Amino acid sequence: MSISYLQKQKSKISLGKAGAWIFLGVILFISLFPVFWMLRTALSPNQNLFSANLDLFPDGMSLNNFKRILGFATLEEAQAMGGSGASLNFLLYLWNSIKFTLTVVLGTVTFAVCGGYALARLNFRGRNAIFYLLMSGLLVPSMFATIPNFILIIKLHLLNTFAGSVAPFVFGTPFAVFFMRQFFISFPKEIEESSELDGLGVLGRLRKIVLPMSLPPIYTLALITGVGAWNEYLWPYLVSNDENKRVLTVGLRIFLAQSPSTAPDWAGLMAATTMTIVPVIIILAIFGKKMIGSIQLTGFK
Amino acid sequence: MTPQKKAVTMSQSKLFRRDRQGKVAFFLLLPTLIGFSLFYIYPTIRGIALSFTNTIDLGTPGENVGFENYIKVFQDPIFWNAVRVTLQYVVINIGSQTVIALGLAVAMDRLTTKTWIKIALLMPWLIPGVSAAMLYRWMLNPLIGVINQFLAIFGHPGYLFFGSETMAMPTVALVNTWRFVGYTSLLIYAGIQMIPKNLYEAASLDGATERKLFTKITLPLLRPVLVMVMVVSFIGSFQIFDTMVIATDGGPMNSTRAINYYIFEKAFEQYKIGYAAAMATLLLIFLALLSLIQMRIARASDSDLSQA
Repeated sequence: MSISYLQKQKSKISLGKAGAWIFLGVILFISLFPVFWMLRTALSPNQNLFSANLDLFPDGMSLNNFKRILGFATLEEAQAMGGSGASLNFLLYLWNSIKFTLTVVLGTVTFAVCGGYALARLNFRGRNAIFYLLMSGLLVPSMFATIPNFILIIKLHLLNTFAGSVAPFVFGTPFAVFFMRQFFISFPKEIEESSELDGLGVLGRLRKIVLPMSLPPIYTLALITGVGAWNEYLWPYLVSNDENKRVLTVGLRIFLAQSPSTAPDWAGLMAATTMTIVPVIIILAIFGKKMIGSIQLTGFK
Repeated sequence: MTPQKKAVTMSQSKLFRRDRQGKVAFFLLLPTLIGFSLFYIYPTIRGIALSFTNTIDLGTPGENVGFENYIKVFQDPIFWNAVRVTLQYVVINIGSQTVIALGLAVAMDRLTTKTWIKIALLMPWLIPGVSAAMLYRWMLNPLIGVINQFLAIFGHPGYLFFGSETMAMPTVALVNTWRFVGYTSLLIYAGIQMIPKNLYEAASLDGATERKLFTKITLPLLRPVLVMVMVVSFIGSFQIFDTMVIATDGGPMNSTRAINYYIFEKAFEQYKIGYAAAMATLLLIFLALLSLIQMRIARASDSDLSQA
């Protein structure tokens, strides 16, 4: 009896396991398929999208759509491919996005490390008051702040400048400072105290002892900040909508608006969408493993 | 050096340093404080002040009108509609996202430690909101989109998705579930890793089934983590904006005009700055209250975990 019970248990478990594998497989497929479909459409000529619309690899695949959205095709060529012929330069938008993201990440990480360290380790008057004041910033929703911030940027004459587009982000966020402070508080004091005897000052300690041992949380912060900056749409749309200063997300919106609504340039739109995703996939391919660890670090600080 | 002597020099050096620490701290905190004053304190005061004015031009401040904007907001059917559709979005998004993410986390925990699976699940999280919206606008195109084409094989007439008043918001919600479910599952997965493995071993030795293990061990011990993840997702979810910009423009018939999108339109397309500021202030109050509740829960769940 006990044997048959065990067998029953075993077959039940493997049935459950099979179900769980199928569930996992389905979600994996749903996660990945849209990106495949985007690439497939981006590589197809517009004319084919109506006829061969379920083929996984339709005829006539080429990089032509990328050529025209990156500005390497003539107006006639672009129009022949189903584009509106409006000037688009996604190569420039890509560069603007990279510049924007790197600046925001660099600023946020630097200032969050400095501020977080001061709040965690240094003794000075008003430390707690400053800390709680900064934390109250966590409560401010971005749309609420966007309205007065936009007015401020106009007043400072920073509209349509790179400085204006990074200004609200580059000094770091209350979250970033809080995140680094939490880490520095748990950083073993003994290590710092022993180096103090070696005659290192506060800045020397921070640079030579603390920083090299704080790389994992710094990577995590850089990752979260980077994803946020890369995805940012509203602020760059408001502040740097100029053709030369546009980032990818804004360029994508403008491209959609210019595309004729009767026969949208889907191949071109998907090529443009690909431009916003490719850098992300490259980063994921290189740093994927590290990122997984990073995210598990953020959950429970 | 004798111990006492060492102690004396230590405390002297500390004393000397404490003086200097104030200065160093000031310099280290200066950029943070500048940014915070300019882009958090100033806009909070200014934003609330604007909500009591009739400002209709970004360059020039309007006159004080007291609570007029708030009274108008409370009488605005589109505002109440925005609240309603936002809640609809949040319920569908958070509900589906949490359930699927929990399933994924448990499945990963019991079946596999393969990193590439986690990386693949994480990918949609890295895709910008506007890009995801564009991608689904194409795939869900009623005429030539891949989903309806696929359904057509089975003789199904297909759906309007973003074009249907009843389906648009659920579709937007599921697009964002697609974006965030992998990320959420990794957070929950990390929570599961904190549950001591010997609890499972002991229970299976006693003959507990997988389902029992899940309902009697995983779920109760995971509760604080789940609550945290849900509250944080809720606060983010309530501020949905990017997807509408590409996929729906708030339509059809206001069915996806969520609160953040409505504020955006009032402020930056119709230039009713005072009115938009009043709605944004209400949003600030609501989300601030929620965050405070979240911090409360966070503190409570900390002690829960240490007891476990």
